[in-house]
Amino acid sequence: MRRYIYLLAGTFAAVIHTGPVSANAVYVSNEKDNTVTVVDSKTMEVTKTIEVGQRPRGITISHDGKHLYVCASDDDTVEIIDTATHEITGTLPSGPDPELFVLSPDGKTLYVANEDDNLVTVIDVDKKSVISEIPVGVEPEGMGISPDGKTMVNTSETTNMAHFIDTSTHEIVANVLVDSRPRFAEFKPDGSQVWISAEIGGTISVIDNASREVVKKITFEIQGLRSEAIQPVGVRITADGKKAYVALGPANRVAVINTETYEVEKYILVGQRVWQLAFTPDGKNLISTNGLSNDITFIDTESDEPIKSVTVGALPWGVTVAPD
Amino acid sequence: MTMKSTVPNTLIFLFACFLLLVNAPQSMAQQNPATKPATEIRIGYIRAYEPQLALSVLDIPPADEGVAGAKVAINDNNTTGRFLGQSFTLDVVQTKRDEDVVPAFREMLTRGEKYVLTDISARQLLSIADLAKENGVLLFNVGSTDDILREQECRSNVFHTAPTRSMLADGLAQYLIWKQWRTWVLLYGSHEPDQLFADAIRRSAKRFGAKIVEERLYKDTGTARRTDSGVVQVQRQMPVFTQNLPAHDVVIVADESEVFGSYVPYRTWDPRPVAGTAGLIPSSWHPASEQWGGSQIQNRFVKATGRRMLGKDMQAWTAARILGEAATRTNSSDPAKIEAFIKDENFSLAAFKGQKVTFRRWNWQLRQPIFLGDGRGVISTSPQEGFLHQFSELDTLGVDQPETACKLN
Repeated sequence: MRRYIYLLAGTFAAVIHTGPVSANAVYVSNEKDNTVTVVDSKTMEVTKTIEVGQRPRGITISHDGKHLYVCASDDDTVEIIDTATHEITGTLPSGPDPELFVLSPDGKTLYVANEDDNLVTVIDVDKKSVISEIPVGVEPEGMGISPDGKTMVNTSETTNMAHFIDTSTHEIVANVLVDSRPRFAEFKPDGSQVWISAEIGGTISVIDNASREVVKKITFEIQGLRSEAIQPVGVRITADGKKAYVALGPANRVAVINTETYEVEKYILVGQRVWQLAFTPDGKNLISTNGLSNDITFIDTESDEPIKSVTVGALPWGVTVAPD
Repeated sequence: MTMKSTVPNTLIFLFACFLLLVNAPQSMAQQNPATKPATEIRIGYIRAYEPQLALSVLDIPPADEGVAGAKVAINDNNTTGRFLGQSFTLDVVQTKRDEDVVPAFREMLTRGEKYVLTDISARQLLSIADLAKENGVLLFNVGSTDDILREQECRSNVFHTAPTRSMLADGLAQYLIWKQWRTWVLLYGSHEPDQLFADAIRRSAKRFGAKIVEERLYKDTGTARRTDSGVVQVQRQMPVFTQNLPAHDVVIVADESEVFGSYVPYRTWDPRPVAGTAGLIPSSWHPASEQWGGSQIQNRFVKATGRRMLGKDMQAWTAARILGEAATRTNSSDPAKIEAFIKDENFSLAAFKGQKVTFRRWNWQLRQPIFLGDGRGVISTSPQEGFLHQFSELDTLGVDQPETACKLN
């Protein structure tokens, strides 16, 4: 049945992708085998496997596409990889157990969640030095930054808060309670809202960035699945701000949400334990990491159908795509 | 004259103050929550402790078992509390096993404790439960697995984060059934807790369709434990003790008192796996569990205590975190609000077990998955796939609502 769906989706995708599709490198961190897999976004095939430090999780790329940053959690460092040579060229002083991070819109500052130390470390990327350490709640994880770069949001998984941080003072300016185990923070492209996923709570809290209040709580329901199996993790919102995609962990699906009505319009079946998401720069594809099936799934964002799944390394965690 | 000159001065002063106020960072109040006068939330902890022996030195309970978990939770609560002006403290009182705990508890009452974690026997707990209720005190049983505390002797002011023996036995039984190891032999000890664990195993066998083909009692005759001669004897004793059993898939050991159980694995007459209080052991936590964010609490615990986290540590951590969660979400230290929050049907907590843990509202037992592990790692987690329930699959573990003898008043 699933193969049939893929086949259908593939045919459909072939029809709509008639124009030239640019090829971008897709980078996937594999938590269990200490590698980053490089996949070509056009051919959807693995082109390279890079050996990295221990337990790679958070992964992002510089805005010029020249440097890849990888949280090597068990090495207590962030590794810098030259995307031309695929060599590790340096490290950033991330502080202990870096898990997730976010790069400022100007590309100069990296904000890192240090899960074991209840800190957010602020790093000057060029100088490779620590600018500040901000004490936050227990088990900091999700990191989001407003499009204007003025507000950074960190979520703490045991404290269950979204901490709003002023990036000019590095001070917390608001703490908003959300549901259990908040894992990811994603701003809308217009900066009006930040969406927070709660893994154990099973919800998305939509926080208004002006009032810093939860304006909507989105819940999920999938026929035949226990509510406990629905565990929202990664969140991505389209460039036009109209659709949000939420990875639902062991529910093996990505939810598609209309950001106007907050209604879930579709559940896309991908692979097992779907964790993080990334768009291709043209916005035409969304890529999900499926931890337990050791693959990633390319999704067509127009039809919201899966196009193809590609086997990567062991326990794929994070994903980022090179800019054009 | 003087009046005329002071009025504008006052105005200027007020204006200056106003300027100062508007120029102050808008977010000051939220920026420095630590400077707010903190509301103190005291959590008591009463335990009956005496050093215990075990058949293996690796299994000797650490002196701070349980208390260490509560302390880590207090730290977690305080990190969150900084943002809300709440501070948490732990007041630990230690008595002996089988000692009268009422005087110690009365002292806790005079110190104003409203929430007390208990790691004492069922008998001791029942001696203070009603006294606690009269004084508006909530008790959290973090130590006793006795089913009776959740059944005939349940109380509306006593919550249980420790699993029951029936939950532990059901968690184990589901896995054995899933493995198709349906034919069991039961070896049980002669002390009361051993008999209670054996009862739980018998109940699970009936519930899930396993067959106990023979039972054998191992009497505690006070023989040498870890001495050289002891080991030699054991190697000869255990095969003989398990000789001539009917055909069976697995040997179940019920020996909470650590008299013979740990000697059974690898020494049975027939080569069979061992489970129960030795071999494959069910518990509320495993020191090697890394799934579901577990490595984070494990790292935190090791850093704070220098040892790995055990079941009782997790049970105490969970109880203290429940109180922290209630204080955070209600933004209050008011016992009435905290109790109402915990007793609400939507209450839940994240506890590194892959799904939220909640309370059974008919007897205030915490619903939770059961870990099955050996000395090295986690083998499986129950409930097992396929054991379905109309309300929560976690209710396939232990005494369920239709069977409960608990009547809360």
